[in-house]
Amino acid sequence: MTLDDKKRVLQEMVLHRRFEERCYQAYIERKIGGFLHLYPGQEACCNGVMEAARPGHDYVITGYRDHIHAIKCGSDPKVVMAELYGKATGSSKGRGGSMHIFDAAHRFMGGYALVGGPFPLAAGMAKAIQMQGGDEISICFLGDAANNQGVFHETMNMAKLWNLPVLFVCENNLYGIGTSLDRSTAVVDQYKRVCAYGVEAAQCDGQDIDVVYEHAKVAVDHVRSGKGPYFLELMTYRYRGHSMSDSRGYRSREEEDHWKLRDPINILRDKLIAAGKLTMDEFQQLERNTDAYIETEVIAFAESSPEPDVSELEHYVLA
Amino acid sequence: MAEIMYWEALLRAQDEEMARDPMVICMGEDIGVAGGTYKATKGLFEKYGEKRVMDTPISEGGFTGLGIGASFLGVRPVIEIMSVNFAWLAMDQMFNSAAKVRYMSGGQLSAPCVFRSAGGAAHQLGAQHSARMEKVFMGIAGLRVVTPSNPKQAYGLLKSAIRSNDPVFINEHELMYNMKGEVPDSEYLHPLEGSEIARTGSDVTLFGYNISVHWCLKAAEILQTQHGISAEVIDLYCLSPLDRAGIRKSVSKTHRAVIAEEDEAPVGVGSEIIAIINEECFFELDAAPVRVHSAFVPQPYNHTLEAAAIPDHDDVIRAVLKLFGKA
Repeated sequence: MTLDDKKRVLQEMVLHRRFEERCYQAYIERKIGGFLHLYPGQEACCNGVMEAARPGHDYVITGYRDHIHAIKCGSDPKVVMAELYGKATGSSKGRGGSMHIFDAAHRFMGGYALVGGPFPLAAGMAKAIQMQGGDEISICFLGDAANNQGVFHETMNMAKLWNLPVLFVCENNLYGIGTSLDRSTAVVDQYKRVCAYGVEAAQCDGQDIDVVYEHAKVAVDHVRSGKGPYFLELMTYRYRGHSMSDSRGYRSREEEDHWKLRDPINILRDKLIAAGKLTMDEFQQLERNTDAYIETEVIAFAESSPEPDVSELEHYVLA
Repeated sequence: MAEIMYWEALLRAQDEEMARDPMVICMGEDIGVAGGTYKATKGLFEKYGEKRVMDTPISEGGFTGLGIGASFLGVRPVIEIMSVNFAWLAMDQMFNSAAKVRYMSGGQLSAPCVFRSAGGAAHQLGAQHSARMEKVFMGIAGLRVVTPSNPKQAYGLLKSAIRSNDPVFINEHELMYNMKGEVPDSEYLHPLEGSEIARTGSDVTLFGYNISVHWCLKAAEILQTQHGISAEVIDLYCLSPLDRAGIRKSVSKTHRAVIAEEDEAPVGVGSEIIAIINEECFFELDAAPVRVHSAFVPQPYNHTLEAAAIPDHDDVIRAVLKLFGKA
C-alpha cells in the first residue's frame, strides 16, 4: 500500500468506526431493532484483507457482524443503514436486518446468523468460480468460535480435497459470545487446527493494518494463483459486547484498556502523522466530516425512507 | 412411450440436463465411481467427469452447504442425500441458507439447487434408516417439495426442479426405484405445482403421494369391485405449495376424504390436508375426514412389528368402509 492508499484506508476506517458507533446510538433510540453486532476494534482485519484482494470483484461472505464487510465491498452506507432501520430502501428491502446485509452487485454475498454456516457456502462459491474459470476468489470472514462447528472441519476437508479458491479469514477476537476461547477450545491457536487438512495457514496481528495487509497479500496470491485454500488468523478484539444485549461481565476492564492501546485506527493514524502524510488537526477534521456525512446523508436517508409495503410481505419467498 | 424404471427415469433426467447445461452438476455419497446407491447417477461419472459428478465425503452438512453456495453463482447442483435420515445433518444449510437466502436478501440471491433423497421404510432398516420426513420439509417457506409417485413424474419433476430458480426437495422412496412405468420418449417437463387425478371417482376422495398413491389405487379398485364404492384418487405430487384448489375440487365432488401417508400422524401431511379441507370446503363434507398413517413409534426392526407400524391398501379400505358405516 502506498501512503496515499493508507490515507484513503484511514478515511474508510474512520467511517467504519463512526458508522458503527452511530448504529449504537440508533439502537438505544430504538430506531434499530433485533440483534446488533458491532465491529469497532476489528477494522484493520476487513480493511487489510480487502486491500490485498479486489473488493467488488472477489466474492465475500461473512457472519452476522457484517455491516463493514458490505461497505468495504462497495455497498452504499445509506443503503446499509436503511436496512438496519428496516426500510424499503434497505439492501434487503427491510427483510434482512443487521445480521443479513446483502449486496450481490458488489459481490457481497451476505451476512448469515448461524455460527459457522458460511464455511461451506464460501467453498461452494469457490467451486462455482473454479467451474466458470474466472480469476475471482471466495473470501469467508468468520470469528474464532465458528471453528468449533462441524462444518468448519467438513469444509476444510473438501476445500483442500478439491483445491478450491477460497480464503478463510478468522477474525479471532478471543470470545465466542461471552465465553473466552481458552474456555471453549482445546487448541487456542486457530491456524494450527487446519493443519490436519493440509490447508496452508498463518497467524498474525490483526490491529496493525500493515501487518494484516502483508499477510493477506500472501494469502490472496496463494488462493488466486490456484494453489488452493488458505486460512489466515488475525488476532483482534471487539470493543463492544458480542451484541447489544451483552454487558461484558465475562472480561476485565483492564483487558479492554490494554487492547485499546493497540487501536487499529490510532496505529495507522500515528504512522501517517510520523510519515508527514497527515496532521492531528486533519485527522480531527476527518472525524468531524465523517460524523457530518453520517448524520446528513446516511441517517437522513434511513430516517426519511418509507417502510416496506405490507402488501408485499410474501414477495421474495419463491422466484 | 417407453416403459422404464424409476431410477432410469431419474438418470435420464439428470443426463439430459447435464448435457444441456454445463452448470448442472451432481453431488453426493457414492454417486460417481460407485454409480449411486440407487443407480440414479449410473454412468454419469464416466460421461461428465469428476468435476461435475462429485463423490463427496460423508459430510452431509458440508457438501449440502457447498452445493448451495455454488448455486448462488449460477451452478445448478443436484445434491443426493443417500437416505433422508441423513438429511437431518444437512437441514441447517437447506433451511437456513437455501430456503431463506432469497427472502433475507430482498430477492438479490437465490439458491437454484435440487435436493434428492430416499425416504420411507424399506425392509427392516430400523429406526435410523426408515424415516419419512416430508412433513418437515413441507413446513419450510422458500423451499419447494415434490414427491414423484411414478417414473414419468420422477423424470419430469427432476428436470423441472433442475431448471427452477428455487431450491427444490425431491422426496423419493427406497422401495420405488425399480418400479416400472411409461415415460414420454420426447423431453417432458412436469409442473412443480398442482396435483393429478390418478383415478376418477364419485363417492370418496383418497389423497396419496409417492408410495401411498399406489395403496390408494389398489384400495380404489377393491372398493369398486367388492363394495360398490367409487373412489377418486388424487396424487399430491407437490407437497409444497399444496394444491388447495385441487383438494377443494375433488372433495366438493365426493364429499368424503381419506388421506393416506406413510408418515406418522402428528404434524403430518394428513393433518395439513384436513386443515385445508376445513378451510376450503368444510360445508361440503358428509363425514369427518380420516387419515391413514404409521404408528407413532421409531421404526422397529422386527419384520412383524415393522409391518404393523406401516399402513397399506388394507388400512385405506378399512378407513373408507368405516366412513360409509360398513365396518
